[in-house]
Amino acid sequence: MVDVPLGPTGVIAAPDVEDVELYHPHSWLTKYVFSQDAKVIAIQYSFVALSVGLIALVLSWLMRLQLGFPGVFSFIDANAYYQFITMHGMMMVVYVLTALFLGGFGNYLIPLMVGARDMVFPYVNMLSFWIYLLAVLILVASFFVPGGPTGAGWTLYPPQAILSGTPGGQDWGIILMLVSLMTFIIGFTMGGLNYVVTVLQARARGMTLMRMPLTVWGIFTASFMALLAFPALFVGAVMMLFDRVLGTSFFMPVMVEMGQPLDRNGGSPLLFQHLFWFFGHPEVYIVALPAFGIVSDLISTHARRNIFGYRMMVWALLAIGALSFIVWAHHMYVSGMNPYFGFFFATTTLIIAVPTAIKVYNWILTLWRGDIHLTVPMLFALAFIVTFVNGGLTGLFLGNVVVDVPLSDTMFVVAHFHMVMGVAPILVIFGAIYHWYPKVTGRMLNDPLGKLHFWVTFLGAYAIFFPMHYLGLMGIPRRYHDIADMAFVPPSAHALNAFITIVALIVGATQLVFVFNLFWSLRHGKPAGGNPWRATTLEWQTPETPPPHGNWGKDLPVVYRWAYDYSVPGADQDFLAQSQPGPTRAGSGSIHG
Amino acid sequence: MGSILFFLSILAIIGTWWLSRQGLASKPWLEPSAAGTLQDLEPEPVAPAKVGLGVLLAVIGSFFALFISAYAMRMQLPDWRTMPIPSILWLNTAMLVASSLALHGAKVAVRRGETGELKFTLIAAGVSALAFLSGQLVAWQQLAQEGYRLTINPANDFFYILTGAHGLHVLGGLVALVRTSEKAWHPTSTDRLRLSVELCATYWHFLLFVWLVLLSIWTGWAGDFIDICRQLLT
Repeated sequence: MVDVPLGPTGVIAAPDVEDVELYHPHSWLTKYVFSQDAKVIAIQYSFVALSVGLIALVLSWLMRLQLGFPGVFSFIDANAYYQFITMHGMMMVVYVLTALFLGGFGNYLIPLMVGARDMVFPYVNMLSFWIYLLAVLILVASFFVPGGPTGAGWTLYPPQAILSGTPGGQDWGIILMLVSLMTFIIGFTMGGLNYVVTVLQARARGMTLMRMPLTVWGIFTASFMALLAFPALFVGAVMMLFDRVLGTSFFMPVMVEMGQPLDRNGGSPLLFQHLFWFFGHPEVYIVALPAFGIVSDLISTHARRNIFGYRMMVWALLAIGALSFIVWAHHMYVSGMNPYFGFFFATTTLIIAVPTAIKVYNWILTLWRGDIHLTVPMLFALAFIVTFVNGGLTGLFLGNVVVDVPLSDTMFVVAHFHMVMGVAPILVIFGAIYHWYPKVTGRMLNDPLGKLHFWVTFLGAYAIFFPMHYLGLMGIPRRYHDIADMAFVPPSAHALNAFITIVALIVGATQLVFVFNLFWSLRHGKPAGGNPWRATTLEWQTPETPPPHGNWGKDLPVVYRWAYDYSVPGADQDFLAQSQPGPTRAGSGSIHG
Repeated sequence: MGSILFFLSILAIIGTWWLSRQGLASKPWLEPSAAGTLQDLEPEPVAPAKVGLGVLLAVIGSFFALFISAYAMRMQLPDWRTMPIPSILWLNTAMLVASSLALHGAKVAVRRGETGELKFTLIAAGVSALAFLSGQLVAWQQLAQEGYRLTINPANDFFYILTGAHGLHVLGGLVALVRTSEKAWHPTSTDRLRLSVELCATYWHFLLFVWLVLLSIWTGWAGDFIDICRQLLT
């Protein structure tokens, strides 16, 4: 990461890229800080996103302390509690997961995996990161303004989000949140254009769409979805900002606050919910699709087996991406919608289970009789499959209107979405970092520390979120600062809450092992060589590791095959790299259809 | 949410058509390995900037489609009072049309290599776009004087927010136009100049289209059109 060697000055001379002008850094500042190199930008994105992740992790500790040991920590009053859950949710979903998958992995992997020298619009790409950083700073600044950050819940539902009863509602909190989100979306759009157009226009010779690794397919589809879904959040944020600052009534109904009628005309809070979830549901898949793609590649590489049903995997990604735009109202079953409406959305929601199940079957069939190496990335990938299936199954419960209504706003929902879009994607992020760290730094992450990190995180996540389902079935509501006096809550629920809190503290602390490993291995890790996992994809075939500016030395790679030629009979090694000329897997194709 | 779904279905149709030409049914594990034979499958080289602008227009399109969806939902509530359209909007529309036509002229001129005509059309496009923006500000002033201010009624709010958003996009386009003009006055590469002019023209036509859609909503034509379609269907 630190000592990225600069390539020879002639790197751009390859004949088939004469139309691409590679940007050349001239000073330390333009090389490492205001860099236009996608790899540096990727590291900047990842570093900031992981830092935000650590803040959000501490916030989750604080709210767990209140839930596990109510009243013990006097500084966590109701207001602070709501501020913690709001900031935890928004940070994790938008500023960590989206930024890390698309800004981090997207920037690092897309140009390398499709055989490009860089993103197609490097300057815009650099702006994207700095605007993202600005958005993060605005968001974090809300901790230090009068009234503190907003406590409206991560969904920011009006009218409560901008009323005086909610922390930050009539202070700066909600304004900074909305401005930060709008800034983030502008920055993301700049990055997203790069990710999409680079995949479309900058692929190496021979890299047809159907030869792209599934990682690229996942990030590509997710970027497209994000480009189309984030405007919904932007529009909602603009309108709510108008409601809050200028006193319009887009979302604010006629209402009485503390006995005083407010000067509002009669807007529609439901309108915001529609806009929010029109963004919010695709967002789940914006996070999930890159994870699907990455996990496919991890499993294939570490099981030394070609991915089962590659075409189906691609089609399923596209189908999930398209379907995710017509399911948003399943987050609104309890908003008083027409039953036919609910029926429609329940149907579309459950249909998504079909392409998703195809993916799960294909992962399992890829593993079937594979030469499974239980490396740290593989452990995380396997844990993802189990966790995603778990979270997906409870999704089937919540997708049905009649089951959702009694479970709505209980801890069951919290457990469900943490399994499916919290724990599952983060397991993939960890797996991907263990997998690609050797390419980024030239050194391996420490293996025993990695295994410790894995087992505590994986088992700990289950110890946290499995019991939470039971709390939800018991009827324990989410978003309650204190449930002490409710008659239906048995003492065992409190014991369970205390248990969850203790595990959460342990799992959180274990992440420090991971952070330590990241920094320690930079200098002391085992030298990795160019291709430690014996992988086929192009990023492992770069002439130098870490890849220099321009990635490929003098000539761009030429692609001769798909990304999954593992365990090839008769090959020198047990794999054939994408850039390696030679015979196909003669006659063996029929078993993969 | 009808208009955004309509917009996204158009995008989905374009996307499906495009994907259908990308060999998604091919079996990559059986393909002959010579990279050269796969050239046929690869698309004609298009400037990345053009593809980038296309994707950006899809994003801006969904932004406005979402606003229109919100407009349609909000207008069904009982406090909605439709606002009159200031007559200066027709003049502004004419200005925007003129600007768009001028850029089309610029596109033709740059293809023929007529530098004088190119400079003239670029100036004409810039001036008429500025006239459009000033006209929009006059419209705001007139409405405010007649009492159709912000916060009085959601119809007013939407008018200001949508004209503002559209105006900001025109303003952003003007920045690009200034940079294109720099290239026209100090030419370095004809290919780049040509690309810049073409990108500007595409963006301008798109903004004109968005403006016409917005205008048709405010005048009620869009509503009439939808009603007619509904009657035909039922």
